[in-house]
Amino acid sequence: MWARIEDPGCIQDWFPGITASTVNGTSRIVTLGSGFTMPEEIVTSDPLLRRFQYRIDFPVFRHHLSTIDVIDLGDETSLVVYATDADPRTLALVIGAATGDALLELRDQMELGGGVPVPADPVRSDSKGDHA
Amino acid sequence: MGRKILLVTTDQQRYDTLGCNGGTLARTPVVDGVAAAGIRYERAHPQSVVCMPSRSTILTGQYPSTHGVWMNGVPLPVDAPSVAALLQRAGYRTALVGKAHFEPYLDFFGRFTENSLAASGRETKQQPWFDGTTGPHRGFEHLEFATHGTAGTLHYARWLAEAHPEAVGMYYSALNGELEVNAAGGGDTGAPQVHNNPITREWYHTDWVADRTIAWLDSLDADADWFCWMSFPDPHHPWDPPESEMDRIDWREVPLPAGYPEAAAEREQILDAKPRHWRQWYDGTLVSNYEAPKDWVPATLTSDQVREVNARNAVECELIDEALGRVLERISARGWDADTDLVFTTDHGELQGDFGLLFKGPYHVDALMRLPLIWRPAPSAGVGPAVVTAPVGLVDLAPTFCSVAGLDAPEWMQGSSLPVDDTDAQTRGFERVITEWDSELFGVGVHLRTITRDGWVCTAYGPGFVHDGTEGELYRLADDPLQRENLWDVRTHRAVRDDLVADLRDHRATVHEPRLALEAPV
Repeated sequence: MWARIEDPGCIQDWFPGITASTVNGTSRIVTLGSGFTMPEEIVTSDPLLRRFQYRIDFPVFRHHLSTIDVIDLGDETSLVVYATDADPRTLALVIGAATGDALLELRDQMELGGGVPVPADPVRSDSKGDHA
Repeated sequence: MGRKILLVTTDQQRYDTLGCNGGTLARTPVVDGVAAAGIRYERAHPQSVVCMPSRSTILTGQYPSTHGVWMNGVPLPVDAPSVAALLQRAGYRTALVGKAHFEPYLDFFGRFTENSLAASGRETKQQPWFDGTTGPHRGFEHLEFATHGTAGTLHYARWLAEAHPEAVGMYYSALNGELEVNAAGGGDTGAPQVHNNPITREWYHTDWVADRTIAWLDSLDADADWFCWMSFPDPHHPWDPPESEMDRIDWREVPLPAGYPEAAAEREQILDAKPRHWRQWYDGTLVSNYEAPKDWVPATLTSDQVREVNARNAVECELIDEALGRVLERISARGWDADTDLVFTTDHGELQGDFGLLFKGPYHVDALMRLPLIWRPAPSAGVGPAVVTAPVGLVDLAPTFCSVAGLDAPEWMQGSSLPVDDTDAQTRGFERVITEWDSELFGVGVHLRTITRDGWVCTAYGPGFVHDGTEGELYRLADDPLQRENLWDVRTHRAVRDDLVADLRDHRATVHEPRLALEAPV
């Protein structure tokens, strides 16, 4: 799990709604399903803590910080905590919902044997809402 | 060849904005003519007074509690039941043109089909259906989407950007830089969500929806059966119709609506007799829902602003009427008129000055609940004109479409085919209509359930941010058509109140499990 999280260039493989990314040092630019591109700054990638943090650096955000913690549960499973702190509140809601989807995608991929990428189809099947 | 179905919806249109319903501001001869030839419903209510839950009810034939779209921002599952799917499977050609809004608009990640379909270049998308099969998205073979302007990635916005890029910035921005509903004012009076729009009328979304509907109808074989949902984004705010049309109505000559008490003291006295969030919103101390601008204080609304909003709203209603006229002419030219059922309605109403308020929210009064609803059955069906006074709901539309198509309404539909007259309504038990409100956003929760029965409107409140669950509203429509005097705590009406609340509880809809997640503010 940590290997997937810590590789900043593969976020599109497990984050529904992100279709591409480019990484240059600590800068990452992600392309969203809507066509928007968003620059991000990777602020933490700590293999000991297994913590990955990034900020979205985009004018509509007054503040953004996402933190992904991978906690080894010791039984060949892990708990992933994906926290987002964002302002304005409207964007926090939208980002929070998308990160919830990303967590589900990560879980599904790992439980299916790992490494099953998000389908390339830009028009996603969005049978959503069956999770809370 | 069977009966064809044209479902025409507008967005946020009051009952009293049509001539056939007593409106005197907007000229609506096309809809009035349809009403004269068909069935006009005088007490039609939505099952929610905001867009996504209400539209989901139209499509599924279920209450919001059951289809699960409990507030704006909660997407209807893509495999939710759909009357369009039933009709498509029965051989109908199916289309939705205009505003859908079963899925959130604020969708930077492009996770929802409504927002990503236009860029895909496809007419629809194959999706899982409620019955375990697959089929076109929600049953529609053809989808072309529009909303209240040019923000986002819908078909209309893309078309305007490509065909008339100079017009993209002419619309009012419905949301501000923080993606909250914009409070900025404009026009002559500075009213919120009012804007002078220099766009050419032919490029405006109302005419685009009619144009695209006509184009789809023209693509069909003459002997096709079809179901077309033509969904106008107007007269929902922003009130920014093409400037070229504004000389139709001089806002300075618009009479103040009956529901608008001009004296502030009178307004405030009325509001103080209602549950607390009414007055709190008016004073700007609590904006309980996303649909009203959080930076606008209703107490600042002036009489002139009410006049200008109503004038602009009326212009938008006239443009819809004229656009509908063009579509009906095309249907007639195709030789389909005798076999076409037409339903005209909206998803919910608009406060539009009532009680000194604009927009919508958890306020279950006629401004938001009493809807225009007209059904003109296909002339070949031989159903005579009528006026129905019995309560009906948008939940009854899907079973009506099944009936028109000769299909049995499935068990998952919770309404009944609309009555053709009051005798039919009495025979088939149209006694009550129920409207739900649930919202929990940014820490503020509001929960209402309303029953309209026997000439009473009774709203019971659930526990929430400012309510402890004992509050309510009770109005007798015959004595108080503007719902100004709240009788909830009047001892002499206690028995009526308790009976209505018990009836409300007896008719609670099945609750969708698990509760669907809120994905965006709208």
